[in-house]
Amino acid sequence: MTAVADDLVRIAVVDKARGYWTNVGRRLMRDPVSVTCALVLIIIALAAILAPWLGLADPYQGSMIRRLRPIGTPNYPLGTDELGRDMLTRLIYGGRLSLLIGLLPVVLAFVIGTTLGVIAGYVGGLVNQAIMRTIDVFYAFPSVLLAIAISGALGAGITNSLVSLTIVFIPPIVRVAESVTTGVRNLDFVDAARASGAGAMTIMRVHVLGNVLGPIFVYATSLISVCMILAAGLSFLGLGTRPPEPEWGLMLNTLRTAIYINPWVAALPGAMIFMVSICFNLLSDGLRSAMDVRD
Amino acid sequence: MSVTDALPPAPDVGGPQQALLAVKGLSKHFAVGGRLFRTGGVVRAVDDVSFSVDKGEVLGIVGESGCGKSTTARLIIGLIAPDAGEITLDGEPVGPALSLRELRRRVQMVFQDSYASLNPRLTIEDTIAFGPKVHGVAVNEARSRAHELLRKVGLDPGHFADRYPHELSGGQRQRINIARALALAPRLVILDEAVSALDKSVEAQVLNLLLDLKAEFGLTYVFISHDLNVVRFISDRVIVMYLGEVVESGPVETLWADARHPYTRALLAAMPSLDPDQRTQEAPIAGDPPNPIDPPSGCRFHTRCPYAENVCSSTVPKLMSTGNDRHAAACHMVDPASGHSKATAQAIRRRAQSATDRPPDAEAAHA
Repeated sequence: MTAVADDLVRIAVVDKARGYWTNVGRRLMRDPVSVTCALVLIIIALAAILAPWLGLADPYQGSMIRRLRPIGTPNYPLGTDELGRDMLTRLIYGGRLSLLIGLLPVVLAFVIGTTLGVIAGYVGGLVNQAIMRTIDVFYAFPSVLLAIAISGALGAGITNSLVSLTIVFIPPIVRVAESVTTGVRNLDFVDAARASGAGAMTIMRVHVLGNVLGPIFVYATSLISVCMILAAGLSFLGLGTRPPEPEWGLMLNTLRTAIYINPWVAALPGAMIFMVSICFNLLSDGLRSAMDVRD
Repeated sequence: MSVTDALPPAPDVGGPQQALLAVKGLSKHFAVGGRLFRTGGVVRAVDDVSFSVDKGEVLGIVGESGCGKSTTARLIIGLIAPDAGEITLDGEPVGPALSLRELRRRVQMVFQDSYASLNPRLTIEDTIAFGPKVHGVAVNEARSRAHELLRKVGLDPGHFADRYPHELSGGQRQRINIARALALAPRLVILDEAVSALDKSVEAQVLNLLLDLKAEFGLTYVFISHDLNVVRFISDRVIVMYLGEVVESGPVETLWADARHPYTRALLAAMPSLDPDQRTQEAPIAGDPPNPIDPPSGCRFHTRCPYAENVCSSTVPKLMSTGNDRHAAACHMVDPASGHSKATAQAIRRRAQSATDRPPDAEAAHA
């Protein structure tokens, strides 16, 4: 081997600094829809986090004489709710709880569900049967009922509703993860990896996960909107957020009675839920294509 | 710098006299069609197969689809566990003396489907470097090894290292698969229909590459294929399989010139010929292979054999030497004591022949 060839190797190794995820990020930045959705989500999240420092009105301060003002009222750009509280303030503050309650259970369920599903799919046999039949038990109940039952058993409160929503979303994610993993496991490259002496954990991490994360991820993001709506339902039943607390689902439920008086104001929390969930869906779609190296 | 720095090939133990791979009584049966409270049939995919591969030789395995070629390959490398039989690598039996992990470092495999056998999410470099990393080679070392191997299989590392499998042609992908197999410095490489899916021109290039690599790294190949021309080109010795059993084995030219098993003869006769005068007019064997769930009694080929007699359906023929060096066939016509009418005639003729050449040779079948 000559010195020139040695240099060649070294240059090529240095050149290979950027990894797979850098490439994914670059491809994602080239997609205008994904970039827009990401920006919208970042703005909503930042506003929610920085709400106390934005100089907004008090989200709990009501006024009996200024109830249900329409959109565009001076000092109340988005009107007021049924107790005369500023809607803009409450929508921005509401983002804090709504985003937390919409995201956290899905993230937790994604981590737990993917782990269980990939193990069930890769190992197969008895392990698969044990995991999948346990999951089937949860499938016997409609998800709303299951969430209510678990929340009710654990008691009211935000933490408990987060736990119950996490449990509700684990089974469908396990199902998806198991089915895509079973498909990948039978491909020759997994056999080739086994033939190079790698252990099951290494193969799952290097060869299986990269090929199954995309579809599971897209499915999980589609659950975020469902999760926000389920959380709203729990709040409505008094199992999640308690009334004075601003939260989009709860606001939507309480403003329900005002729908004939001031429909535009009543629809605002729903519009927020819609906007956030569609942004998550489009972003996950963009991410899936960005993760697909064949594009 | 050399590819063998970080992960040297396993040392030669028994010397050139000892077979690199010896397979004895290998069997794998798959249960099929079982339902609740009812057991289904058993596919005898590989049934009591024995053979050996010498150091530095190329052993071809031929046979129709479903005859157990690929199952044999997967059994050797330990991708599926055998029901019975023993595999010995350079004198070390797999299991007690040689761990599965170590076996898989010394034996590597190239698969037929060049695309399915590469992870679509990994770059070429990562794919080749994966094996060495698993065996404890440092990341940078594994990478430069991958580059070196890319060069050895005729691909420019600067151009290919960062590419993904879908960006490559079939021939290039199969070169990557070969490089990946060589990354662990194996002594034996199993090529399971490794060139069957390639264009003829690319196939020739890859075959020549395989021969070059064999010479450079001192490799031994087990070459599985249904393409007899390719097998004849690359192999030193060939075994012919039918329904999970070895029916004939021998040096490639002996087999081509003097096939003893009717199945081997039929296979050779079925080869397409370029010579119009040699055109095959009718199929040398009729029909499909019988169902391996319930294989025929006695000789498994007797249902399709033009010379079948009573003895063929009642007694299983053993693989026995035809008298020629290392050439053996499992056919009653080879065994003068079998009672087959053609066997005695052939034996008399052979005895007459060998009386002039050399003393009668009662050596046991080479298996």
